[in-house]
Amino acid sequence: MTPADTTKRVLMLHAGVIAALFLAQFVLPEYHHGVLARVMVLAAYATGYTLLFGYTGLLSLGHAMFFAAGLYGAGLTVYHLGWSPPAGFGAGIAAGLVLSVMVGFVALRTTGVAFMIVTMMLAQAVYLASLYFGEWTRGDEGIVLTQAMRTFEIAGATIDLSLPDERFNAALILYACSLLICLAVVRAPLGRVMVAIRENEDRTRMLGYDTFQAKLMALALSGTLSAAAGASYALLFGYAGSTFASIHYSIYPLLWVLLGGAATTLGPLIGTLAITYMIDVTSGFTSAYLLLVGVMLVLLVLWSPNGLLGALRDRKLAWLP
Amino acid sequence: MDFGPYLLLASLEGLVTAAVLSLTALGLSLVFGVMRIVNVAHGEFFMLGAVLAWAIATPIAGNPALGFALAMVCSPLVVGAMALLSERLVLRRLKYEPEATIVATIGMLYIIQQLALTFYGPDARAVQAPFDWRIQFPWFGYSGYKLSVVGASITLMLLTWLVLARTRIGLMLRATQYDGETAQAFGIPIDRVYCGVFAVGAMLAAVAAVLIVPIQQAHYLMGLDPLLLSFIVVIIGGLGSLKGTVVAAVVIGMSDGIISVFFSPTLAKILATLLVAMVLVYRPQGLFGKAVR
Amino acid sequence: MAALEPLLTTRSLSRRFGGLQAVANVDFQVQRGEIRAIIGPNGAGKTTLVSLVCGRIPASEGTIVFEGEDITGLPAHTRVLRGIAYTFQITSVFANLTCHDNVALAVQRTLLSKQRWGRLDRHALTAEVMAALERVGIADLAAVPAGKLSYGHQRLLEVAMGLALNPRLLILDEPTQGLSDAEIASFCDLVRTIAEEATILLIEHNMHVVMSLAHAITVMNNGAILAEGDPASISANADVQQAYLGG
Repeated sequence: MTPADTTKRVLMLHAGVIAALFLAQFVLPEYHHGVLARVMVLAAYATGYTLLFGYTGLLSLGHAMFFAAGLYGAGLTVYHLGWSPPAGFGAGIAAGLVLSVMVGFVALRTTGVAFMIVTMMLAQAVYLASLYFGEWTRGDEGIVLTQAMRTFEIAGATIDLSLPDERFNAALILYACSLLICLAVVRAPLGRVMVAIRENEDRTRMLGYDTFQAKLMALALSGTLSAAAGASYALLFGYAGSTFASIHYSIYPLLWVLLGGAATTLGPLIGTLAITYMIDVTSGFTSAYLLLVGVMLVLLVLWSPNGLLGALRDRKLAWLP
Repeated sequence: MDFGPYLLLASLEGLVTAAVLSLTALGLSLVFGVMRIVNVAHGEFFMLGAVLAWAIATPIAGNPALGFALAMVCSPLVVGAMALLSERLVLRRLKYEPEATIVATIGMLYIIQQLALTFYGPDARAVQAPFDWRIQFPWFGYSGYKLSVVGASITLMLLTWLVLARTRIGLMLRATQYDGETAQAFGIPIDRVYCGVFAVGAMLAAVAAVLIVPIQQAHYLMGLDPLLLSFIVVIIGGLGSLKGTVVAAVVIGMSDGIISVFFSPTLAKILATLLVAMVLVYRPQGLFGKAVR
Repeated sequence: MAALEPLLTTRSLSRRFGGLQAVANVDFQVQRGEIRAIIGPNGAGKTTLVSLVCGRIPASEGTIVFEGEDITGLPAHTRVLRGIAYTFQITSVFANLTCHDNVALAVQRTLLSKQRWGRLDRHALTAEVMAALERVGIADLAAVPAGKLSYGHQRLLEVAMGLALNPRLLILDEPTQGLSDAEIASFCDLVRTIAEEATILLIEHNMHVVMSLAHAITVMNNGAILAEGDPASISANADVQQAYLGG
């Protein structure tokens, strides 16, 4: 297979996935329609996460801080300052970018286990801050964005993000953009350098690459995509609370990505979809969904560190990005 | 109350926190020092110790000291056995690879927490203290039990130090910590050292938890705070350094008690977590440790 | 004729690891276009010296001048862009990536540094990757993951990655270690063709390789330079024989 063939196949696969998601809204019953919208927002978060974890090999245990930066960046500006949803979305992204660059300058001085602990501690500080400034964030209780706050006009059309169809398609646009950005990055020179850093950072440096700069770019990109997902979550589901900044929301993307396949573009979507439905199904007869999360983490680490798509790529489809 | 007595009260509370924290952090530090892995489920072993203490002590009628004593013996043993099991079933299969181990222990954290919720329930429950003396200061009375917790902790720490410094087991641990491969070449059964250390680390957390349940109620979510505080202590004290761990536990425990009397506890926690992150980045040998190599 | 300015000069270059003086006060020069071999017993400080030159480890004292400019304070990746390429002693190709992708990383670096913000030309990339693989004779293995190659081929891939950086100074750290005699012979031919474009600094234990390739030889012992000269004078040098045989 020539490189041009591969490119064509890859593009067709990704376009196909996006088209399938688009068509799903016409056939899915109302309940699953809503679930899928939520899955797409969370999959966008996981896609951002895998750029850092899967491709660059940096395991962050604190990505909830970036998700929360977007969530509160959008939620607080819309709720307290009366900004329109697009402006709030921009504020969320900006907050994520600033935070991830700051975190990068500090945390990227460490590697391995220390990096995991530092990101976890910084995220914990952000979580505690969201409780400390309870006057604005209302802590665990959270702030609720009303329908009016989530409605805006663009090019003469009124868009109400609290309506199911608008919400679904906004989530789809977010996910499609995240997926395509991820695909573009991993196929670009930067993506090649990220993978090289994951495989052997010292060697990469000796090929003339400023690996700190490359890691900082990967982290900023990953954090900003996570923040975009967080901002969308606040605007589409009308809620921003401290739970989303807690350690659990740093672990979930790790779990989704591990299940779907760490260094794959589509793995995050598959993992998020699978786990969401697994929790959904099991919640019918038990509330012990954390048990499921725990068991899955242990089993994946033990038996299948490459995840579903990773295994598929190893066995059959070597061209998968 | 005047400032002086107020400070005394805060210091006493801080001392109790420090005593329990030292034991918990010592467990984490031992595991990290010898095995070079970070056990994120450490706080859940603490929680398990507390919950088991309640389950063991409560059905025993008569003198509360009896139930407490039984809990003090049995709870750490059960927790140690569970740690042993998870070490054999999971960590050893991962060959103690640091990053995979962290992910696996996160999984264990969720599993233990959920099992506690399922079998123990969402309520917070206390265990009756084994005795009920009060020590009368001129300004206020203070629980004799709390002071005995400090005494028990100091005794256990000394015991640990003796084992590490004076016995053959201690020598094996130090050899493994210094250089695992060489230790193995000299016939030290690394495999058994690892599972023993992991179990003892969990048991130290369980002992600390049994000591605390008469003061603070057992709850299925109680593991997170000791985990974070132990992290703080171990990192600030210097990874794997026993002396540093104790010094840091006293400093953090005391300041936690004193600060939370005067400041918002949330703010204090924010500052502490940020401090830890900075220490890990800029002074990885800890504030009290010497530079390695 | 005035002597040309040397390509590389070190002045009282030193490196300590704790109490150990790995490299002590080394004044060292490499002339343009030569093949310079560094020899010496194990632990003499050879690898430390070239690691200081390429920036993998920082110097404790002293200066390094390359192409007339002081590069002592520059990070390793910047030195690579200035033309110092290092091939690792212990083969450290990217085992999970194909040979093509291994070399592509090096080619991409040189292509991107030429046109700072431009797009990477995929055709030029592929062409240069294949050219580098061709030169070391493993073009047919382009699609094979580097970890699956034989040891000898991995060493050749290392060299291809070094070549693809278009270096002015190519540092080869024990390149023939673990190669068969036939592989060594063709490797020597390869080094001679590379030497037409780049200066070569070679750490080598195989004296046969050293004698047949090197224009000049530097002998190190205990972190210092023991002797320097052309192959004939070095092999006749009593001190060198002492260090190798008597030490």
